[in-house]
Amino acid sequence: MDTIVSFFLNDKPVRIPPGTSPTMTLLDWLRGPGRLTGTKEGCAEGDCGACTVVLERHGRRMPVNACLLLLGQLHRRRVRTVEGLGGAHPAQTLMAESDGTQCGFCTPGIVMSLYAHAQEGGDPHEALAGNLCRCTGYRPILDAIARLPPEPPSCGQDEAPPAARFETADQVFHLPNRLADLLDLRAADPAAWLLAGGTDLGLRVSEHRERPPSVICVQNVPDLSAIESRPEGLVVGAAVPYRDLLALCEAEAGFEPLRPYLGRLGSRQIRSLGTVGGNLGTASPIGDMLPPLVALGARVRLASRRGERVLPVEEFLLDYRRTALAEDEVILSVFLPRPPAGRLFVVEKLSRRHDQDISAVAMAATLDVADGVVRGARLAFGGMAATARRAEATEAALLGRPLAEESFAAAAEALRLDFSPLSDWRGSAEYRLAAAGGLLRRLFWRAAAKDLPHDVMSVPAPHAPAFAAGTA
Amino acid sequence: MDGDLKARNRTVGAALRHDSARKHTTGEAAYADDLPEPPGLLHAALVPSPVAHGRILDLDLSPALAVPGVVMALGPADIPGKNDISSSGRSVEPLFAEGLVEHWGQTLALVLAETRDAALLGARAVRPRIEALVPVLRIEEALERQQLLLPPMVMARGDAQAALAAAPRRLSGEFRCGGQEHFYLEGQIAIAIPGEDGEQTVISSTQHPTEVQHIVSRVLGCDYNRITVECRRMGGGFGGKESNASWIAAAAALGARATGRPVKLRLPRKADIAATGKRHPFLYRFDVGFDDTGRVLALDATLAADGGHTLDLSGGVIMRAVTHALNCYDVPDVRITGLVAKTNTVSNTAFRGFGGPQGALLMEEVLHRVAAATAQHVDAARERNFAGGPNGGETPYGQPLEGDLIRRVWAEAKADARIEQRRAEIAAFNAAHPYLRRGLGGFALAFGISFGLLHLNQAGALVHVYTDGSIRLNHGGTEMGQGLFIKVAQVVAEVFGVPIERVGITRTSTAEVPNTAPTAASTGSDLNGWAAHAAASAIRGRMAEVAAEQWNVPADEIRFEDGLVRHGNRAMEFGDLAELCWKKRVSLSATGFYRTPDLSWDPVAMKGRPFFYFSYGAAFAEVVVDTLTGEHRVLAADLVQDCGRSLNPAIDRGQIEGGFVQGLGWLTCEELWWDKEGRLRTLGPSTYKIPGSRDVPPALRVRLLDSAPARVETIFRSKAVGEPPLLLATAVWNALRDATGLAALDLPATPERVLMALRAKG
Repeated sequence: MDTIVSFFLNDKPVRIPPGTSPTMTLLDWLRGPGRLTGTKEGCAEGDCGACTVVLERHGRRMPVNACLLLLGQLHRRRVRTVEGLGGAHPAQTLMAESDGTQCGFCTPGIVMSLYAHAQEGGDPHEALAGNLCRCTGYRPILDAIARLPPEPPSCGQDEAPPAARFETADQVFHLPNRLADLLDLRAADPAAWLLAGGTDLGLRVSEHRERPPSVICVQNVPDLSAIESRPEGLVVGAAVPYRDLLALCEAEAGFEPLRPYLGRLGSRQIRSLGTVGGNLGTASPIGDMLPPLVALGARVRLASRRGERVLPVEEFLLDYRRTALAEDEVILSVFLPRPPAGRLFVVEKLSRRHDQDISAVAMAATLDVADGVVRGARLAFGGMAATARRAEATEAALLGRPLAEESFAAAAEALRLDFSPLSDWRGSAEYRLAAAGGLLRRLFWRAAAKDLPHDVMSVPAPHAPAFAAGTA
Repeated sequence: MDGDLKARNRTVGAALRHDSARKHTTGEAAYADDLPEPPGLLHAALVPSPVAHGRILDLDLSPALAVPGVVMALGPADIPGKNDISSSGRSVEPLFAEGLVEHWGQTLALVLAETRDAALLGARAVRPRIEALVPVLRIEEALERQQLLLPPMVMARGDAQAALAAAPRRLSGEFRCGGQEHFYLEGQIAIAIPGEDGEQTVISSTQHPTEVQHIVSRVLGCDYNRITVECRRMGGGFGGKESNASWIAAAAALGARATGRPVKLRLPRKADIAATGKRHPFLYRFDVGFDDTGRVLALDATLAADGGHTLDLSGGVIMRAVTHALNCYDVPDVRITGLVAKTNTVSNTAFRGFGGPQGALLMEEVLHRVAAATAQHVDAARERNFAGGPNGGETPYGQPLEGDLIRRVWAEAKADARIEQRRAEIAAFNAAHPYLRRGLGGFALAFGISFGLLHLNQAGALVHVYTDGSIRLNHGGTEMGQGLFIKVAQVVAEVFGVPIERVGITRTSTAEVPNTAPTAASTGSDLNGWAAHAAASAIRGRMAEVAAEQWNVPADEIRFEDGLVRHGNRAMEFGDLAELCWKKRVSLSATGFYRTPDLSWDPVAMKGRPFFYFSYGAAFAEVVVDTLTGEHRVLAADLVQDCGRSLNPAIDRGQIEGGFVQGLGWLTCEELWWDKEGRLRTLGPSTYKIPGSRDVPPALRVRLLDSAPARVETIFRSKAVGEPPLLLATAVWNALRDATGLAALDLPATPERVLMALRAKG
């Protein structure tokens, strides 16, 4: 049993002195005792990316927000900060040469995102979604990305970490590595924070400056980190980060529509840490993962020392941030039934900004159409009620109706029977109803006119820019 | 002055990168919070008001003192000088609320502790007793109650009422735009370090070190010479650290005075957004008279700014809004009334453009309405009403505009954007698609350059040449990322004919260059460039005399170039001449001073020449709108910006692109949202959405206007570029209207506002 937090920082071993709070954020530690001030605090809520550092696991680089990461979570892991790039990494030289810096405060975080992107590749906007820049207008940064030489993942498998327990006068942080131990800890201390990636709970430390007396971190329990692909669907461990789920959806028949949707869930930084189990456990009405789980008829597997049970996600979500999870239980995994070929599966999200924004309204829909008639529909919405849930009256209004614009327009009117949304800064009640109706009407065009550009992001620019051509 | 070196320029005009670019990418560039903390440092936190409006019954600070680690808590009674942080000096604006609280988040007190967490906990422990009063949150409501922070400001020419009555056609309108949070990535911060004899060194993230010095001194009740303010760089400013940095610093200095220990006040993001001012939201009402050709003949408009609870810089903001209300257009008979409403919100302040962006929206709305009424395209109405040419060429305040440059930037942007071809493509797309709609919008701009407050148009510099030929440059301008330091260094390198590497850039300090103006109003390089030029030229003149004496030739034939000093076939290293000067006991140090010439302003008549010159620009933007959801996206933008003869095209391009995207945010996705109690609920990047990389138009084309040296004697005939490009984003508003056919679309044009306007239209 390890009792001292230790990790590799820029390839050098670090041991955190006993007595240090195991829930201190990595950002506070770096800028304070660590004396590494290259990593900046811009917001302390995981949204601006100025604190981006890279976790290196199994030879892969994962950008994370140092403001959300607690020291205990870092145990036996490898962290790289901007000081650990040596000063002449292409992410650094290209940013300088492209005039990609103005005030420079966001730059170390952007450099670290680019360092990760050199290995990760993919959409440059996804690489930058977690990094705000207020000066440059991003064009020169996109230029730098376009010129960034790809770097292959290094080989290597990190060792499975031993169990750990970090204790100070007023705090204890558990890092179990076996399910049985996790269940014992949970039963013994139901008030402890159950921490997966910490993208929600981390805020309470980083922003609200809380010091939880007791934390049980599930990240090292193998049972919660497993992914299994079966013909009938996917079993996704509760502690699987979105980053891995996203990669899985790219390759799994029937789940492809989840890929672009997950690409808008948080940022790469958030997806490196955030988990499906965390989204379920938090049960926020605007948790992005919940509408697709409800629409697919996903089932959640819960475990305690008393045994295991399985609940449909719809029954698991009780109310605003309230679930059926008993105080001695943990979420083990979730099963996502595979949509059969021919079933239309659509996931949509409306937000003020396309990337890294919390949805005003999210919709997940499955649609079965035979002979031009809607034979099956499951419609789940987020942002419309105290929890993500199905629109049953709207579904009923669609069933048996012809696949025609009028059917969907009529069904959109039924949304008022299903939902009385709240007004807040993400949208008024009227807007939420109107926009949800718009998503439903757009669903028709997705079903009926597959070749159309269906949304504003699908319309190509009238003349191509230099940086779009060089997508890494 | 030798302001136009033309082809001899080696350094000026070069696309050099930001002087700190490499350090930015390695993390070595140090911001205030990165500096090693002095021993004994205390951390401070603000106690915010929990209500938007109320009478303070009791402010008991003892609960803060009960928190372990808290050392002291300070309220209004603990201020040795004045409880006044007003930057204009035209009203009293308290550091700590006394008697009344007037906005949610207003500072009530300061808590000092051994750690930042203890300070924050201590501040949270204070539970002020406040008798809540009804807050006034909307401009309309403030106007009804006649709650104004300033007397109305009226700019008029001719007789607008008579001309309206005589105009063949008339219409009226009303619309709104929202405010904007600066969202500088580095939040407000100051570190006050006490010294001997009541001295303090204040490290402040500020655009205005001199004002920090003044306000710290006012709050402490000491002479200015006790306070030295320093700033090496800011992590963004955008106007948000023009006046607001001063009270943050004053609070830290107060803590240092009270405890005798260094004090750091670094605001958490939410506290920063709650307690610091923003761009002014505006309400517009207008009557316009025009003829059937779309020529605007008469305009009577009221621009009402939401000033928040105190004046701050609102006087300057409304002045710029009023003087930019006609933008680059001519209206013969006009009356523009500027109002600053008092509401129970945070006091609004400078933000890139300083009222200019809000002012320039007026004619966009007017021209859209007039074009619709006369069945012509809005761009035809624009061209019909440009100042100059067949129309009047003077602003209503009597300063001439350059009609040829307005038409030139407009024509070039049109050509770049290939608008005829694009309009045809767009029409075909719109006819074929069931619900997506594309649109194209244009915009043209004349933006006046100079501080509206005449006396601010001055700058100082201090240049030393050392005997190895290295140069130390200091001036009153501050670096917030805009590249001022490299531009001014280029000027100095040019004067001495040395490589840029010989010029050492140093932090701004009130101890080196005193009595400065803020780095604001786009004037940084205009003012400080000339001041540094003056200092360098004075030294060069003395050095030339020494060289002339050495070679026995006339001093005016000595040339400084390529790191050498030359005459005919003779040359010596610049450093060798410096050494020679020292040996000959000739001073190698000089101050430089500059004041902008030929400015005048009568604030009562609202007439004069308030601007040294105008910066021109034009833009076209293309958008696509989803009429089912209100989502939209800018697909392309073509920008043409007049930078005169650019001092540094790479830096200027960065300002143009960055300004445009910031303007895009203001007009589309950035929305400040207050609840009914007057609490601002968009306090961080999770709720307040500034543009991300995907929001930048995938086809963004930027061009600096070619062969257009400034027509007045600016530094090397360059033009200011900090603010004007932000206004070019107005083209996006116009494109959204083109796409949707909406006659009215308040700002910011969020997906919600677009969708609800479409549904209201039916």
